[in-house]
Amino acid sequence: MTSAAPAFAPAPVQDDVRPIERMNIVVAGHVDHGKSTIIGRLLADTGSLPEGKIEQIRELCARTARPFEYAFLLDALKDERSQGITIDSARVFFTSPRRTYVIIDAPGHIEFLKNMVSGAARAEAAFLVIDAREGIRENSRRHGYLMGMLGIRQVAVLINKMDLVDHEERVFEALLEEYAEFLAAVGVAPAAFIPVSGAHGDNLVGPSDAMPWYTGPSALEVLDGFSPAPPATASAFRMPVQDVYKFTAGGDDRRIVAGTVESGTLRVGDTVVFHPSGKRSRVRSIEAFNRGPQHSARAGQATGFTLDEQIYVARGQVAAREGETAPHAATRLSVSLFWLGRAAFVPGRDYALKLGTARVTARLESVERVIDASDLRITEHKPQVDRHDVADCVLRLRTPIALDLVDDLATTSRFVLVDDYEISGGGIVRGVLDEAFAAGRAAGEADDGAVVWLTGLSGSGKSTIADRVATDLRARGHRVELLDGDAMREVFPTGFTREDRHEHNRRMAFLASRLEHHGVIVLASFVSPYRASRAFARSLTRRFIEVHVATPLEECERRDVKGLYARARRGEITGFTGLDDPYEPPEAAELTIDTRGTSVDEASRRILERLGVA
Amino acid sequence: MTLTARAVATGHVATDHLDQLESRSVHILREAYHGFKQLGMLWSIGKDSTVLLWLARKAFYGHVPFPLIHIDTSYKIPEMIRYRDCLVEEWGLNLIYGENRDALAARRTFPDGAVDRVTCCGLLKTEALTNTLSGEWPRWRFNHASKQYELDSSREPFTGIIAGVRADEEGSRSKERYFSPRSAANLWDVGDQPPEFWNQYKTEFAPGTHVRIHPLLDWTELNIWEYIEREKIPTVALYYDQGDGSRYRSLGCAPCTNPIRSPSRNPAEIMVELRSGRLRNVAERSGRAQDKEDGGGLETLRREGYM
Repeated sequence: MTSAAPAFAPAPVQDDVRPIERMNIVVAGHVDHGKSTIIGRLLADTGSLPEGKIEQIRELCARTARPFEYAFLLDALKDERSQGITIDSARVFFTSPRRTYVIIDAPGHIEFLKNMVSGAARAEAAFLVIDAREGIRENSRRHGYLMGMLGIRQVAVLINKMDLVDHEERVFEALLEEYAEFLAAVGVAPAAFIPVSGAHGDNLVGPSDAMPWYTGPSALEVLDGFSPAPPATASAFRMPVQDVYKFTAGGDDRRIVAGTVESGTLRVGDTVVFHPSGKRSRVRSIEAFNRGPQHSARAGQATGFTLDEQIYVARGQVAAREGETAPHAATRLSVSLFWLGRAAFVPGRDYALKLGTARVTARLESVERVIDASDLRITEHKPQVDRHDVADCVLRLRTPIALDLVDDLATTSRFVLVDDYEISGGGIVRGVLDEAFAAGRAAGEADDGAVVWLTGLSGSGKSTIADRVATDLRARGHRVELLDGDAMREVFPTGFTREDRHEHNRRMAFLASRLEHHGVIVLASFVSPYRASRAFARSLTRRFIEVHVATPLEECERRDVKGLYARARRGEITGFTGLDDPYEPPEAAELTIDTRGTSVDEASRRILERLGVA
Repeated sequence: MTLTARAVATGHVATDHLDQLESRSVHILREAYHGFKQLGMLWSIGKDSTVLLWLARKAFYGHVPFPLIHIDTSYKIPEMIRYRDCLVEEWGLNLIYGENRDALAARRTFPDGAVDRVTCCGLLKTEALTNTLSGEWPRWRFNHASKQYELDSSREPFTGIIAGVRADEEGSRSKERYFSPRSAANLWDVGDQPPEFWNQYKTEFAPGTHVRIHPLLDWTELNIWEYIEREKIPTVALYYDQGDGSRYRSLGCAPCTNPIRSPSRNPAEIMVELRSGRLRNVAERSGRAQDKEDGGGLETLRREGYM
C-alpha cells in the first residue's frame, strides 16, 4: 500500500461505457463483533446507498424507539431487526474509485456457519473482524481456518470497536500478535491488520484522527489493492461435463458436449480425453449462440464443443486435454472436510458425493483426526464427524470419479457431501489411496456387461422401469438387451407351477449371462418369485444387480393394468403370485424400489448410478 | 416494433464482467435443466426475465427446452402481452399462462376498489402463480399450429422454477440462494437455507417441495442494460422515452406502475443515466406502489411465494 493520502472521493461520473471491475468480498468474524456495522458504514461512506435509505432507517428507528445503527442498513429483513442478528449472507454492492464490490455479510453466529461458508466460498477477498474489547473468540478462529480451506488467499484483519478501548495501540498490538500466530498455523497470511471503528468510521474509507499512531492503509485502500482472482487459464484443461445436448428442433443435428471450463484452455483441433472412461476424440468445433466461429474456450467460460467421433460421453466425466497432466481416477480418497449437517457424518451410511458434475455414492471409511477449529486441538480416533467439526478422513466411493488433488488444481479437488437431500459437508481431496484403474481404455472398447435383474409382483412396475433404463442406457451409447417376462413367455410358452417357473427363470438367467459375457447390459424383468431361481441367476453372472421392485400387493392389485388380479380373484387364474402362490422377497437386493414414492425417472437414475454410468 | 435481434458477429475476445456473469448464469441454467424434470421459467415480459430467456437460448444453443410460464393479472400494460405473443411465435417458445379466474370474475382486485394493493398482488400474482405451478388451476398453452392458447392437458406440478430475481433489487432478494427450496406450503424459510458453495447447488428435494432457481442473482440493474445493449436483446418499447420525456423503469400492472421522468430513448442512454445520472441513487422499484404498502420491502409478499 503506497498511497499516503487516503482521502476518499465519491465515484467519479462515468459517461463512457467502460466495464466496471467487480470483486466479491466477505466479512467474517464472531457474532456481535460488528461486521454489519462495518458494512453499513462502507456503504454510507462510499456514497453507495440509494437516496433516502439512511433517512428511511432513521425514521424507522425513531418509530420503534431504537437508536440508529449502521448495521440496520444491511439487516433489511424485519425479523432480523427484531432479533438483532444477521441470518444469511446478504449480498450488497458498493463502489470505490477502483471497482464495484459485491460484499457478502457472513453471519458470525455458530448456528449459521453454513451461511458463512456459502458466502465465503464465493469471495475473492475477506475481512476478518475482531472486537477489540472481546478479543479473539471461537468463530474468529473457526472462520480463519475455513478461509484457508475454502481457498481465500487475500485477507485483511480489522480490529473493530477501537473507540471502546480508548483507541489504545497496545490493545491492537496484543491482538495482532495473537491472531497472526493463529492464522499462520492455518496457512493464512493477512495483507494487513487495521484498527477500525465501525460506529465512527475510523480507518474504514479514510484515516483516523483518533489513532494517529496507525499509519497504515485504510480498509478500503487494502481492498482496492487486492486483485480479482485471475481465471486459471494457464493450468491443465478441465471441463466437468454437465450434459450432452442434441436438440433436434429446426433441423439442429449438433451433438454438443456442454460444461464450464474450470481451468486451462481448449482449442479447436485439440484431442480431449474424458476421465475416468478414457475415451478420446478431437474437438471439431466450439459452439456459441449468436456468435461467429469460436476458436478457443478458456477457464471460467460456460461453453460447449462437438467432437469428430460419436463417442459415448456423459455428465460426470471430466474432459482433459491429451498431452497435459491427466486427472486422477479413484475410489479411495484422503480428504479434509468440514461438516454442517445436523446429523453427524458416520461410517456405514450412504452419502452422495458431488465433485464437479459427478455424483457418486460415498461412505466414510475412517476418521483420521478431528480438528476442533476453535482452538486447533486434535482428537484422534473419533468415530464420527460432528456438526461444525473439521476433520481429515478417508472416503470410499462406490464408483470411480475423476478428480485432482488440492495442491495441483484446487477447483477440481473440491467436493460436497449430500445427506438426505441436503448439502451437509464440503471438503478438498488431499490424496488418492487407489488409482481406480488406468484411465486409458481405448475408444470403442466394449462396456463391461452386467445383468440387472428386476423382480417383483405382477404390475409392480418392473417392465416400465426396465424400458426406461434401456432407453437411458442407449442414449448413453451402451449396448442393451431387454428380457421381459411377458415377451419371453410368448416365445417360450411355460406353465406356472413352481418347477415350471424355476426352470423358466434358469433358462432366462443363462441367456442373460451369455449376453453379459459379450459386454451387453441385460435388463431382465421377471416376477421370479423364488429366491433359489434368483440365486442361480446370480451364480451365473459376473455383475449381478438385483432390483426388488417392491410395490406392495394392494397397490399392484389397485392398478391391475393387465386385469390379472381381477381374474385371479374371480378364480379364473390359479397359482397367482402374491395371492395363492408365494413371493419370496430378496433378502439382500442391491436396490429396492417402491414405485409408490419413486418416479420412473428416479428409479432409472438409481439403477444407472448403481451401474456406474449415471 | 422489430423483434429480430441482430447477430453479434464481433470477435469478442477479452473476458469482461458481462462474460463472467453470463457464464455463471448459463452454468446455473444447465444445472437446473439437468436436475429438474419438471422445470419451467417464469417470464414476466420485463427486462430481467427477458435477459434470462436470452441466457437460456445461450445455454441451449438457440433452444429453450422447457416451458415459459407467465402469470396474467389481466392488468398488464397491453404492449407487454403483444410483445410476449410476438416473441413466442418468432422464437418458437413453449409458453404457458395462468391467472386467478375466480378473483377476476368476482372483481376482488385493487382496480375494482375491493382490496388494497398488497392483497391484490397476493391474489392476482402469488395465488395465481402458486396454483399455476402446482397444476391445481387450469393452465393455457400456446399451440404453434393453431396460433391459439389452449387449455393445457398436463397438470403436473413444476418442481424447478427459474426466476429472474436479482440480489440488488431489494432487501429480501439479497438473501436468496441460486437454488432456493420452497416447502410444500410454498413457504420460504429465510433463516434456514441450504449451504451453497463451489458451484454445488440444491438439486435434490423431498417430494412435495420445489426449488426456485435464480441465475441472475449477481446481476445489477446496470448489468442488465449493458447486456441488453451488447446482445441487442429485443425489449418492450415501454422502457424507452417515446417523446413525452417519460418511460417505465420497472414494468408491472398498469394501475400500480408509474412511468418515471426520463428522456432515455435506448439502452445506451439508460446505462448513462444509471451510471452517472439522476437514477444512480434512486430505487429501481420506486414506481411500484405495492412495495411501499408492504412496509418498505417485499418481505411479506415474498415469503408467501411472490417472486
